[in-house]
Amino acid sequence: MADPFLSIQNVKKSFGNVAVVKDFNLDVGAGEFVSFLGPSGCGKTTMLRIVAGFEEPSAGKVFVGGKDVTGLKPNQRHIGMVFQAYALFPNLTVAQNIGFGLKVAGMPRAEADARIAEMLNIIKLPDFGDRYPYQLSGGQQQRIALARALAPKPKLLLLDEPLSALDAKVRLSLREEIRAIQKKLGITTIFVTHDQEEALSMSDRIVVMNEGRADQTGTPFEIYNRPSTKFVANFVGTLNVLEGTISDAASGTVTINAEEIGLKGKLNGSKAGDTLSLALRPEAISLGRKAGNDSNLTGQIADVHFLGSVIRVRVGVGQSVVSLDTFNSPNSPPPVVGEKTEISFSSGDVLVLH
Amino acid sequence: MKTGRFWAWLVFAIGTAYFFIPLIATFEFSLRMRRGVYSFDAYRVVLGDSRFQETFAYSVTVAVFTILLGVLLVVPTAYWIRLRMPHLRPVVEFITLLPLVIPAIVIVFGYIRMYGSNSPLPFLGTARGTDALLVIGYATLALPYMYRAVDTGLRTIDVRTLTEAAQILGAGWTTIIARVILPNVLIAVLSGAFLTFAIVIGEFTLASLLNRPAFGPYLQNIGANRAYEPAALAVIAFAITWGCMSVIQILARFAPKSANRPN
Repeated sequence: MADPFLSIQNVKKSFGNVAVVKDFNLDVGAGEFVSFLGPSGCGKTTMLRIVAGFEEPSAGKVFVGGKDVTGLKPNQRHIGMVFQAYALFPNLTVAQNIGFGLKVAGMPRAEADARIAEMLNIIKLPDFGDRYPYQLSGGQQQRIALARALAPKPKLLLLDEPLSALDAKVRLSLREEIRAIQKKLGITTIFVTHDQEEALSMSDRIVVMNEGRADQTGTPFEIYNRPSTKFVANFVGTLNVLEGTISDAASGTVTINAEEIGLKGKLNGSKAGDTLSLALRPEAISLGRKAGNDSNLTGQIADVHFLGSVIRVRVGVGQSVVSLDTFNSPNSPPPVVGEKTEISFSSGDVLVLH
Repeated sequence: MKTGRFWAWLVFAIGTAYFFIPLIATFEFSLRMRRGVYSFDAYRVVLGDSRFQETFAYSVTVAVFTILLGVLLVVPTAYWIRLRMPHLRPVVEFITLLPLVIPAIVIVFGYIRMYGSNSPLPFLGTARGTDALLVIGYATLALPYMYRAVDTGLRTIDVRTLTEAAQILGAGWTTIIARVILPNVLIAVLSGAFLTFAIVIGEFTLASLLNRPAFGPYLQNIGANRAYEPAALAVIAFAITWGCMSVIQILARFAPKSANRPN
């Protein structure tokens, strides 16, 4: 990246003896939407709060627009932030909430009013200016919070799990809206979430965090299809893991439940007799043999869930159970539990987890 | 069910009688100044007394300054304790409770030792200096009520997130307290203010021993030397206190509503 807009360099943060963020590095380009994805306690919110200035890093530096902001207070950083709990000021109307940052910045009244109206239009709530936060639904409150954060035209937008408190339907529509507004305004954005679907669907890049470290940084496609660690593979998406033993390292032959598959070029220096965890996404596995799939394993149908357009099938392969989805076809009945079957996949889709 | 209701009403009636009978009796007695007929003569005498007007005006002025001092002292302290030093809360709560167990006379003797005419800080040498000490003393006496009222108000809002939301929008500490925190705990602050007012209006010990022309010593003086006027003053004092309580109740309706607790 030529000139990153946000640069986080060697940041560490400890609370007492507990290291919450361990040597975190990230460069974010101007206008980019980057998500911090990880389970609770992985340090993603702490990292966001360090960027915002609410926490001081134990070591490392944060640069915004080429300027070192590590020592600056939150009110000196010119950053917008949306909180999980909305954090609208209950004593102020919607318009006053949106105009809060503008008033603090000393913007003339007429100019501020115009900006407030513009923001209300952007979030599609043009007639809500006189209402109080308690008169709004959760989704509306979060849109107002977004407008409030964007009104002073911040350099950087931070979103701290803004959709977590909302119901599923609102969450879906609001995430599309947030992304559309972010693209329209071209504002560099950091989005913290523990919801992989949100991260995958909204982000230009995802940072998967685990125990205070960035396990992998990449596009949603890379993170999903080419996870670099076992943690990323397990955390992002559904994964079937089969245990195999290398029978011939030179030819890349691996034995799974007394059947052999070829994984040439994927064994990464492992030798015969080593055991491996082989991961496959459900969509990479087909029920029965299929043209283009070079690997087959036999198993037994363990479970069948009819979900309408999709049938979720679980197949027992030795000690492991593999989950896969097939499309429903009105002309062929779903598989029967206990039936012997074959599953097939392309060896190119197998992820070898070291 | 019906028996339970009967006992509930009986207890309520006894409580009401316990509270109202002395009050009604005092009021009835205050109307007997003119022989043979009920009249408001005692009230006319009391309200027409220049000392009543002077002492009452003095105490109201002192109460206003006490409230201002209390708000300036308690709101930032309670806010900071909630925001940054929650571990110190039990200590601060204990300190704010001390005025309930340490008699006011201790404060007075402390004042005399520390700020007497011969001390390096001779506040008691002038009337204004003594007034200032009186205000500080009253703020201390009202601390348990003011602190609790404000702390309860702060408990109803998400202090940390609101503070951070204001900070990230560019606000400094003064703006945060004045525009975000104080308006959201205003009703709690007003509750504390009216309790302070009620305490200051009737306080005797501090004002008397510091020899200030306050309403408390005037009440005591009238009570010791007159028959009907003390009863009229007691009713007036009750009316003032009840007035304060009513204002708190009315203002509570205008409290900013939280989105999470709309009612």
